[in-house]
Amino acid sequence: MALFYIDKSFTYVKIITSVCKFWGDLKMYEIVKKEFLNPTVVRMEISAPEVSRRAKAGQFIILRADENGERIPLTVADFDRERGTVTIIFQIVGAGTEVLRHLEVGDSVADFAGPLGKPTETEGLKTVAVVGGGVGSAIAYPVAKKLHSEGAHVDAIIGFRTRDLVILEEEFRAASAETYLLTDDGTYGEHGLVTDALEKLITGGKKYDEVIAIGPLPMMKFVSLLTKKYGIKTIVSMNPIMIDGTGMCGCCRLTVGGETKFACVDGPEFDGHLVDFDEAIRRSKMYRDFEEHSREETCNLFKKEVE
Amino acid sequence: MPNMSLKKNEMPQQSPDVRRTNFSEVALGYTEEQAIDEAKRCLNCKTRPCVAGCPVGVKIPEFIARVSEGDFEGAYKVITETNSLPAVCGRVCPQETQCESKCVRGIKGEPVAIGRLERFVADYHMKNNKEKPQKPESNGHRVAVVGAGPSGLACAGSLAARGYQVTVFEALHVAGGVLSYGIPEFRLPASVVESEIETLRALGVEIRTNIIIGKTIMIDELFEEGYEAVFIGSGAGLPKFMKIPGENLNCVYSANEFLTRINLMGAYKEDSRTPIFHAKHAVVVGGGNVAMDAARSARRTGAEVTLVYRRTEKELPARREEVEHALEEGVKFEFLTSPIEINGDEGRVASITCQKMKLSEPDESGRARPVVIEGSEHDIECDCVIMAIGTSPNPLIASSTEGLDTQRWGGIIADEVGKTSRDMVWAGGDAVTGAATVILAMGAGKTAAEEIDRAIMNK
Repeated sequence: MALFYIDKSFTYVKIITSVCKFWGDLKMYEIVKKEFLNPTVVRMEISAPEVSRRAKAGQFIILRADENGERIPLTVADFDRERGTVTIIFQIVGAGTEVLRHLEVGDSVADFAGPLGKPTETEGLKTVAVVGGGVGSAIAYPVAKKLHSEGAHVDAIIGFRTRDLVILEEEFRAASAETYLLTDDGTYGEHGLVTDALEKLITGGKKYDEVIAIGPLPMMKFVSLLTKKYGIKTIVSMNPIMIDGTGMCGCCRLTVGGETKFACVDGPEFDGHLVDFDEAIRRSKMYRDFEEHSREETCNLFKKEVE
Repeated sequence: MPNMSLKKNEMPQQSPDVRRTNFSEVALGYTEEQAIDEAKRCLNCKTRPCVAGCPVGVKIPEFIARVSEGDFEGAYKVITETNSLPAVCGRVCPQETQCESKCVRGIKGEPVAIGRLERFVADYHMKNNKEKPQKPESNGHRVAVVGAGPSGLACAGSLAARGYQVTVFEALHVAGGVLSYGIPEFRLPASVVESEIETLRALGVEIRTNIIIGKTIMIDELFEEGYEAVFIGSGAGLPKFMKIPGENLNCVYSANEFLTRINLMGAYKEDSRTPIFHAKHAVVVGGGNVAMDAARSARRTGAEVTLVYRRTEKELPARREEVEHALEEGVKFEFLTSPIEINGDEGRVASITCQKMKLSEPDESGRARPVVIEGSEHDIECDCVIMAIGTSPNPLIASSTEGLDTQRWGGIIADEVGKTSRDMVWAGGDAVTGAATVILAMGAGKTAAEEIDRAIMNK
């Protein structure tokens, strides 16, 4: 079987055989598909048969866009073992993701390692609320998909700041019994926050075995506070700053139940009722000035190239 | 007639004032004249006590004899018979406690500068000989090595020289392990590590980066893929912290993280996309080589640096040379000092509270036990703290490999030749011993290679 990929400019046609064994004519870590989900969020499917082979929902990969790149941890958004690919979804926040978004189909990323971290535990779960916020929905999606395919009743609650930033709506609808979509400003779906929708469902009588919340740290914090009130077990996916991602540098440490844990080997998923979110929020801002500055510089670099 | 000078030829080096502002190598290496002069200090003893002090058994008097004759390439051949990474060892081995500690010339005066000579020979070869080594004829057997650090590379080099097809699996994007992410450029330039690894590649060693054994590929799968033996040299893992309040404040680093940002990711360079905090005053906690590396690196990023250590100067586990270099570069040492809390201001480090210690009777490690002097709490103002108090083994392989026994503290259990509880699986280096030296890890890798050779040949 052969698949045909036509790049956006239609300048050439790439023939890619889909059988793993003959995947050899693909370059290492080649981008086989690229799509902007909204103006700042990009989905890329990357050829990495060895990572794809073992990847599971909840795990992450580390990539470097180019030879001078930083190591960027990204949660696995999807994988296709037959095609030997892993899909990532990222928001453009720093220089690394800025460089990454300029890569096109047919280009390769310099490095792509994984799968890292522990997979999501879904065993025995029958009724689950999967809560996604912003680009975190991209990480919540494979979890919803897995639970749904295992026969669990999944309520997906996904929230975005505004209509233009909505991603993966169709995918969630296909991977859940019910999808509740909200925007902060009411420009699309229901008006409100994911916590409002979740609380309405809980007080309306929905009994969840577990809530899985993935999104910005403040969102996960407030979902956890809410579910603690109702005594519902809650899993959150932490995405702290990392360097190696393999259990060596200790940069990704966080406090869970009063103990120091390392997101790269002990996580990235933890019991939301035990995570010290305020500390995690503080640590996530460690290099904010640097990130903004270096992204600007990189943007200017790309602008110059265009001129 | 041997050179009877009681002193070693001094190592030319960058002056402290200059080098603390750059990351270039501190020690510049001997000239040919200096090397020959130093080599002539060797008495070429029949008993060769120095060789017994070398974990990989380099034929020291033989190579030094070649140097004294000006046959530097010949010397290189002698060294590489037993040592796959001479340019590395010449720079980072603690020769003062190994080969040089056994040197007869050290009884009265200074021992022969074996390390400096090894480095000279390796550098001479790198500079003057562009010929790649011959790939030995393949014996058709395949061996997998986990981790491209000192133990893994030594094992791979040793097996490749015997004709084995060796594949080294490395989790990071570059090979070298601690030689690449840990030891700083000013002690061991990345180009030296790369060059040594190129030599191994020329011998036929295949290095596959971005593969995390235990995650991407399992140990059992390596056997299914046709590897007949596996050597695990996965190195040290997660950094230890003191479990004192304030350790998760912003700008508290583990030495691993601080050094990885600087060395592996080049965060000290202007154009690096990996950030590092440029501290005004950094406090480094610990007294080993890693603590010295962290302190000296922080100094080079522009910080005032204070190193606190709970024992005295005499007990510092770091090499004397490293301590002296740190002192020369302006690192301040506070001995008999131990942190009890890191204090923050808006979530960032503002100061560290320490207490003074005094030494009492020796503990089980044989070192004097530090005890607290009550009421001696004092604050040191700082905006960055770097914890360099050791590491624990990486859990990824042990937790994913059935039947691989580990110590309670996580180290892989292996006998003196590296044999683990799993058939045809050997291990060595920090993954087995906990944090130790580059050369001990290399010695373990080399010993395991000999055992792997024996086991495969006797199958």
